[in-house]
Formats: sequence, C-alpha cells, structure tokens
Amino acid sequence: MSVPSAVDARPEQSGDTALLSLRGVNKSFGAVHVLQGVDFDTYPGQVTALVGDNGAGKSTLIKGIAGIYGFDSGAYVFDGQDVSVTSPKQANALGIEVVYQDLALCDNLDIVHNLFLGREVTAGGRLDEATMERRAKETLAGLSVRTVKSIRQQVASLSGGQRQTVAIARSVLWNSKLVILDEPTAALGVAQTEQVLRLVRRLADKGLSVVLISHNLNDVFAVADRISVLYLGRMAAQVRTADVTRNQVVELITGGRTDGIDTGTAGRAGDDGAGEAR
Amino acid sequence: MTTTAPAEQPTSQTIVEPQRGLRGSVQDYVERVRGGDVGSLPAILGLLVLSLVFAVLRPTTFTNSFNLANLINQSAAVIVIAMGLVFVLLLGEIDLSAGFTAGTAGAVLAIVLTRQGQPWPVAVLAGLVTGAVIGFCIGLLVARLGIPSFVVTLAAFLGLQGVLLSLIGEGGTIPMRDETLLALNNDPMPVWLGWTLAALVVLGYAGTSLRRAATRRAGGLHADAMSVVLAKVAVLTVLLGAVTWYLSEERSRNPAVTSIKGLPQVVVLLVVLLVGLNFVLGRTSFGRHVYAVGGNAEAARRAGINVLRVRLACFVISSTLAAVAGLLLASRNNSISPNTGGAETLLYAVGAAVIGGTSLFGGKGKMLDAVLGGLVIGVIINGMGLLNQPSSVVFMVTGLVLLVAASVDALSRKRAASTGRV
Repeated sequence: MSVPSAVDARPEQSGDTALLSLRGVNKSFGAVHVLQGVDFDTYPGQVTALVGDNGAGKSTLIKGIAGIYGFDSGAYVFDGQDVSVTSPKQANALGIEVVYQDLALCDNLDIVHNLFLGREVTAGGRLDEATMERRAKETLAGLSVRTVKSIRQQVASLSGGQRQTVAIARSVLWNSKLVILDEPTAALGVAQTEQVLRLVRRLADKGLSVVLISHNLNDVFAVADRISVLYLGRMAAQVRTADVTRNQVVELITGGRTDGIDTGTAGRAGDDGAGEAR
Repeated sequence: MTTTAPAEQPTSQTIVEPQRGLRGSVQDYVERVRGGDVGSLPAILGLLVLSLVFAVLRPTTFTNSFNLANLINQSAAVIVIAMGLVFVLLLGEIDLSAGFTAGTAGAVLAIVLTRQGQPWPVAVLAGLVTGAVIGFCIGLLVARLGIPSFVVTLAAFLGLQGVLLSLIGEGGTIPMRDETLLALNNDPMPVWLGWTLAALVVLGYAGTSLRRAATRRAGGLHADAMSVVLAKVAVLTVLLGAVTWYLSEERSRNPAVTSIKGLPQVVVLLVVLLVGLNFVLGRTSFGRHVYAVGGNAEAARRAGINVLRVRLACFVISSTLAAVAGLLLASRNNSISPNTGGAETLLYAVGAAVIGGTSLFGGKGKMLDAVLGGLVIGVIINGMGLLNQPSSVVFMVTGLVLLVAASVDALSRKRAASTGRV
C-alpha cells in the first residue's frame, strides 16, 4: 500500500509536544477585536475539540490557521518552526487541511474526482484515472470506509454521512498533519454521526492532529482528548477531556469561567488584550 | 485519553465492484436511464423518429445519399457553434453572441481573403484570432467584473451585429472565391479518404478502449468486460461503415458531367473537433476543472482551482469555435452577408446542445451532445424543407422539438433528484 506516509507513520511523540501552537494571537476586523491574545495548541495523535458559543471567534481562529487571512499579531508555531501563514496554499504546504461545514464537494463529479479535485494526477498531460482510483481506494480502505457502494458513483447520490466521509478522506490524502473539521456532524442523523465520529477518532489514531469544532457536547466527549473553550474572543480553557465534567464545559462556554479546574491558560485570557479591546 | 469512541471491528475490506458482462452492462444502463440519467438517449430517439417520419413522408427525396450529404453540410456550422456552447453551458453560463461572432469572424476572413488578396491560411488565422479576441473580452467581463453572461453576450449580440454591418458595408456582401475554402463545406472528399477516416476512427476507438481496460485490469481496478468493449466497437463499425458506404455511392444527378461521391469534406473537421475536444473535456485537468466550476464554483475555488481562468478559457474556446463555424457558413454560402450567423443560427445551436443532453444549469454535458443535437436540428430543417413547408411551420416545429427536449431534461432531473443522481 502506498497511502501517504503521514497517515501510516505513527509519530513517536504521543501528545506532549504540540504540533501547532498559537501564542497571544490577535485579530481585529475594523473596530471589532475578534481574537484577543488567544493561545491554542493541538497535539499529534489527539483530537482537540474547539468549542464556544456563537460569535466566540471559532471560525475566525480556524480561518487564521488555514491562512484565509493572517493574524494581526502573535506567534504561529507549527512543528517546532515559527512560521507565517497568510494564504491557504501555505497552510496546505505545511500539511494543514480544513473540512468546511458546507462540505465543498462537487455534486456532479464522482468520489474519485472529488478526492483529487484541484490536485489531479496526470501522466503526459492526460488524467491518470487508474492511479487516482487506486489511491482513492487505498485511502478509503485505510480509513475503513466501507459504506460506499462504488467509488465511481456521483457525490450527489451519497448520504450526508458519506459525503462528510469523502470530504474528510480528501483532507488526509495529501500527507496532512493537521485536519480541522468544522461542525462535521451538524446535519447528520444518529447513525451517520456515529460513523463520522469513528472516522474522526481513526484519523487521530493514525497520528494526525485533529481539531473538531462542534456545538454538540456529546460528540465532544465521545471523541476528543482535549477541549479548548473560546469565550468572547479569549481562550477560556484548554483542558484534557478526562479532567472536566460536562457541566464545567457548559459553564466555560456560557460564562468563560468555572471553579475547580486548571484552565491551562495561566490567566492569560484575562489580562492579555481584554483590556485594550474596547 | 478518552476511548469512548464507538468500538468497531477492524476489517480491511475494500470496496468491491463486480465485473459486469455484456448483459450486466445493459442492465446497468437501463437502470441508469430509469433513474433519470438519460444522457444522449432522447437525442438518439429523436433522430431515429424524425428520420423515420420524413423517410415515410418523402421516401425518395429524404433518404437518398445526395440529401444525406446535404444534411451533413447544412448542419455542420450549427454543430460547431454548439460544440463551443457546451463549454459555456457546462459552467452554467450562456453565450448569446456566438452566432454573430461567427458572422464577424467570417467577415474578417472574407475581407483578408478577398479584399486584401491574402492566401487562405492567413485569412483563416485572422478569422480565428477575431473569435478568440471576442471571447477573451466577453470572458473578462463575465469572470472578472462578474456581469451575468446573459447581459454581456446580449450586448455583444447587438454590438457584433453592428460590427458585422460596418465591416461589410450596408446592403452588400463579400464574396469568397478561394477553391479550398469553398470545397470545405460543399464538396466530398475522395472515396478512399472517407474509408481511411472511418477505419482510423474505429481503430482509434478500439485501441484506446482496449488499452484503458487493460491498464485498469492490471491495476486491479474495475474494468469493462471484453464483451462490452467489443460490442461498442462493433456498433460503431456498423454505423460508420453504413454511412461511409452509402455516401461513397455515386449521387450526382448527371454522373456523366460531374461525379459526386464520398464523405463530405466537412466530416474531417467535425471528427477532429469531436475527438480533440472530447479529449480536452474528459481526459485533462482543465476539462475536469470545467465540470467542477459548473457543479460547485465555491468548492472548485477552495480546491485551489483558478475559477476565473477556467471561465475565461471557456468563453475563448466558445468564441473561437464560433469563428470556425463562421468559416463554414462563409464556405457554404460562398459569401458573407450582414445576416451571416444571424436570425436563428444561435438559437439552433443552443437548441442542439440542449436537445443533445447538455444541461442549461451547468455541470452536465458532453461533446457528442452537440453533434447529435445538431443532427436532430439539421433533420428537422432539411425534412421540413423537403415537405415544402413554409418557414412559419418550420419555426413552430423546431420550437416544439426544443420544448420537448427541455421537458425531457427537466423531467429526468426531477427523477434523478429523487433517485440521488444529478
């Protein structure tokens, strides 16, 4: 099998060295200070859930990481390197892939075409369909995806869960190290949610660093190793899932604070940038 | 670490697709059609039914080989414009100016050829460049400024009509006298060349099909069974063989004076365009990107496809092919007049693409659609002419056929939506 190496190889470090570290990141849109001194860490082989109420700054943080726009200030450390990411291409080159909420698949193309969209394999100017189909099959098999009938069926004929699966499979096809999933279960039924969560877990077990944005705490507690809570543009807590209860997470989401846990943010959220915001 | 994720059995089974024989492939096709994926079927049925009707009503005049060659020559320009329109329609856009682009490019060609006395390759090149430039301007306005293509090309439709008038001078025509160009859309090719062409097409098709099946099987992938490939090659051989044989018969009314036999020369051009553009759409990254932009432009953009460039390229291709059609119109009429490419030319071409199975909503269509649809239109015009019907009736019937085709498209879309196909 020639599945991309990042999927196969389990990295030696098992979660203590962060793959991506953001330190004191700020982002403003005009007068609105959306992200205020945010710290954010993700670890290889782990699922980090990013939660927060509407308007907490989740999307802004993700778009900054994905290079859709640059952060105004703060450090962006990826794989130990201090980098500057200001375009989606740079993020892709680092191995960062984002699976957006609205999927971004082409209904009129089949699964293989969608997996390789924009990065087709060509041989002598013509599409190398055989190679693409083989790699697509290997990737789906590597993710233990067995629910699709034919790899050549149009995406339009897939269920919501299957579409999400294709979108996620696309993100791991390219030696990716960090996969960001924006609300992957938002529109799915119970069985399909389970199917997608399994896939999310499997990505992390293969050594990828996974960021899961979700409003559904059931999902978060089912698959996440760590939980990061954004509250009004500040990182209210970065904790291990095992160390918190559901109620504490709800309090963090709604009030930005809770008693009895180490929020892992060393009080930064309070004093860094909050004052100069307004 | 939380391990509350749902447990599962680790099996590494891949997706298995059974090999389908001839029978299975036919079943698959029937199932696809019933599921709403009708493809070119309405056009093929329409072609058969219309041909039968005219053959019954005008048994001698419609079916003779003279008329068949005539029909191909009549349809050629519409087919070529429709081929270009397929690119634009795949994006979900429209090019209303393609007809007058053909006229304008034809006028430039005729001016360079007749008034300036240049050799024909120079004149043809000038015509093609004219088309490409028109397409580039339209493409820039649509893709960069974001003006709806309907409006831009409607403006171009009016504007180019004026350009054509001023190029020719009011009321006049520009004659064409170059033998090579006049022969292109009027005369037959030698009989041996027709047979060679037919053989090349069959061998080429068989070769690529067999090679693809072989490489796929070597790579352990699902491939068409040998029986299916051979059946397709056999059908193509019989069809092409029959047409070539029929048109290789003497069809001159007075063979002693002039001998007319062989495939029309324009068939070479049509085959080259069909094969070439089919390759571009189906086998290159660019073609794949065209379908992607037509299916979901936002998804294409996020996948790193330069959507603007794809749009621009499609308009340039469409207008350049319209310029080729301008050459055919000039050849057919021996001249360029202010009406060349005007009147119903464009609507016939749009109708051809849609009747062939290209969707007006983008993302669905093939090159063959333009050829089949163009032939349907050609049969209607030709047959109605033989029935001595006034233009009023021809227009009404053509409109009706187009409506039927669009209804088939809409119904199959509905059906497809309910069975989960596009």
